[in-house]
Amino acid sequence: MVEIHVAESPRSWETKEIFVHEELHLIMGGEAGQGLDTVSGLLGKAVVRSGRHLLAAQHVMSRVRGGHNNFRVRIGSRPVQGPPDTFHLLAAMSRESVELHKDKLKSPGVILADAAWELPDTPGLVAIPFAELAARPVFRGVALLGVLGAMFGLEASLFEEQLSEQFKAKGDEIVSSNLRVLAAAMKWAADNAPRLPLPPAEGPGGLLTMDGNQAIVLGALAAGVRFCGYYPMSPATSIAEGLVHAAVEMGVVVEQAEDEIAAANMALGASYAGARSIVPTSGGGFALMTEAVSLAGVSETPVVFAVVQRPGPATGLATRTEQADLELVLYAGHGEFPRAILAPATLEDCFYLTHKAFDLAEKSQGPVFVLSDQYLASAARSVAPFDLDGLAPITNPDLGDTDPGNYRRYNWDEPISARRIPGHGESLVLADSHEHDEVGHIIEDGGIRVRMQDKRQAKMATLLAEVLPPEFSGDEEPDLLLVGWGSSCEVLREVTAQLRDNGTRAACLCFTQVWPLLPDTFMPRLEAAGTVVAVEGNSTAQFAGLLRKTTGFHIQDTVLRYDGRTLTTGFVMERLRPILEAL
Amino acid sequence: MNDTKTYGEFKTSWCPGCGNHDVLVAVKEALAGQGILPHQFVMVSGIGQAAKIVHYLKCNGFNGLHGRALSPAQAVKLANPEMTVLVESGDGCTYGEGGNHFLAAIRRNVNITLIVHDNQIYGLTKGQSSPTTMTGHVTKNNPLGVVDQPFNPVAVAVAMRAGFVARTFSGFHEHAVKTIVEAMRYPGFALVDLHSPCISFNKLNTFAWYKARCKEVSHDPGDWAAAMTVASTFGEEIPIGVLFREERPSKDAQLPQCAGEALYRKTVDMEAVKRHMLAYA
Repeated sequence: MVEIHVAESPRSWETKEIFVHEELHLIMGGEAGQGLDTVSGLLGKAVVRSGRHLLAAQHVMSRVRGGHNNFRVRIGSRPVQGPPDTFHLLAAMSRESVELHKDKLKSPGVILADAAWELPDTPGLVAIPFAELAARPVFRGVALLGVLGAMFGLEASLFEEQLSEQFKAKGDEIVSSNLRVLAAAMKWAADNAPRLPLPPAEGPGGLLTMDGNQAIVLGALAAGVRFCGYYPMSPATSIAEGLVHAAVEMGVVVEQAEDEIAAANMALGASYAGARSIVPTSGGGFALMTEAVSLAGVSETPVVFAVVQRPGPATGLATRTEQADLELVLYAGHGEFPRAILAPATLEDCFYLTHKAFDLAEKSQGPVFVLSDQYLASAARSVAPFDLDGLAPITNPDLGDTDPGNYRRYNWDEPISARRIPGHGESLVLADSHEHDEVGHIIEDGGIRVRMQDKRQAKMATLLAEVLPPEFSGDEEPDLLLVGWGSSCEVLREVTAQLRDNGTRAACLCFTQVWPLLPDTFMPRLEAAGTVVAVEGNSTAQFAGLLRKTTGFHIQDTVLRYDGRTLTTGFVMERLRPILEAL
Repeated sequence: MNDTKTYGEFKTSWCPGCGNHDVLVAVKEALAGQGILPHQFVMVSGIGQAAKIVHYLKCNGFNGLHGRALSPAQAVKLANPEMTVLVESGDGCTYGEGGNHFLAAIRRNVNITLIVHDNQIYGLTKGQSSPTTMTGHVTKNNPLGVVDQPFNPVAVAVAMRAGFVARTFSGFHEHAVKTIVEAMRYPGFALVDLHSPCISFNKLNTFAWYKARCKEVSHDPGDWAAAMTVASTFGEEIPIGVLFREERPSKDAQLPQCAGEALYRKTVDMEAVKRHMLAYA
């Protein structure tokens, strides 16, 4: 990454212009209920529509009113990866926010604050007369939006259109009030605030703005999802909500179950009846579903679990992020049966890997997991439209009915038995939670048990044939190799680029599938590296442990984050310092 | 018209004389009487002696987890409303482990029929008390007699205005068949609490005990207050028959997604996916 230079001190207001190159970093802080999420959404969309790339990560408390939330926005000419650590601009909607974040400002930086707070004159302070611009507190978000828009040099139309759309259900009066506040704020900022032009728009345009859960929803829709069983739990709920939004048009039944146990068992029933099924949840909810995972294994029922991690144990930190449920998902469910775990690293992965998960679930007739986390789930990002035409078709069940009298659901001549759909023809389809014979009837015979267990386990070959190898980038035979999975990958790529810019021979190995693992696809990389460092969002380096168990390769050095916050480039660089010194 | 032979004969692991044999025959007769062929229905069960019934007749079957029969059963019906869906399990599975699902299924009102083989004891695990075991009953796990109050499933169902609530007894064969048929014909969630004695572990609630107490109801099943009174009666007299009945549209009949073809037959409308995607522009 190229460092950003602020050309003029914000104190020299006579120039009224501050230049940033390539990227602008903004933090907005305030209380829950002040509408910062709305401001972040509207601003983000306007920025992306203006042709820039965006990442807007949210750090929110688990409450509806009060507390302190912040949104960290990174705007660039080119695609941006990972949330920023330091900022050009702090937009404070509460006094507390100034105190909490002023240390994160780059030097020099700008602070937007309410004039009514009468803050002592500090470098970079821009006091906004919110009381004049927005008569009622409810309009202050829009006032802030107007100030930021004018400072960034964005056209008013980029906001007007969105405000009209957003508030049209509340009536013309609310829309015109919002538009008046927007216009007043933009005018005030044009006259009184410094200009902070955004990095130039370089891309082809046509970018979309969405978060990881929305990309998962689109991936599921593109795969033909037909049933979603869920019980609300942050940060997975918005997957179900996204499907609810599309349900009638797209022909998806979305059932809010009485509990997670029912949600998962419903998904299995729907899948048995031929409906592609997804179960979105987070760690605590997923823990309740583990018996159903085992049922999917023995009954050979396809199902996709989207497990969006948040910090545990138990209730943990409800609205924060972590990568500590890898082992939970890997070992969930009693007994032994194959599974695949995909771990999206990017927004694009959220879409494509969810789509792939449905295919893998049907191909292997069992549970497949999309293991995401709160950061990916809720960070909004600019993204090019997904390639819908290029998607591989999803495997179907056997929609035939040949020789129905002799149909055996668990025919063991092949590891993957033809899965017929009850009611499609005259074939009788039995799904059983017991150990069973080929037809699906309960048995206790040891020989049949062994043969059936071997048949199920042989489906690992199907999963192994489809394994996504980790992505390697950086120097060949590096002195320092960073290993990560899922959402830590974006940061690793950026850290690797910085290290290489600073003269270190560095590389990173990024896993987007964490089970099963194919050692041949990465062992040469591990063995060719000098020092290998595992970078994970948990306290015990779970993936490094899995690599050791699978390959014997012991990664000794780790950078671990488990304070509920997202891994950032600054965090990783800081912790790498002693390791770099020892190279 | 087909007969019960259509559903085959299977060797069972039930004790000779167990009420479950009578339930199996009654279910086969109810199916045969309505002309429902094996491939035209799905039978879903949980775990317990009763739940093994899926393996003892020709059917599409989903023998799931203990307590969880209702969850997949409702989803099967939502995914394919053309299918007839029957759920069979015992009192422990349905009212104990699956209690929350029982309450939710009543609220959801998916058009399925729940037949609970209610023997007031745990049979598979050999004699522990169940949610419907009577207070004072000495069981293996309650040597001083059960202290807890029994759960009254039909009273709870009527209180929640479940659309079809019935009780019957496996020893009254004709009554059981007639009740099951009526439940299956009801276009919504139908509960049949079917007392079916366990001859090995329940020496209190025996064939003779039920036979002496079960009496056909005479109230108007549309009268909720009367139904509450009848459903709350259990002891020296056990009212059997349709206790409560009220018509309301089932969930599967109300969801637009469920109209028309089964979900698995729907193809992906990529143009619609594209529209949803481009809404993020």
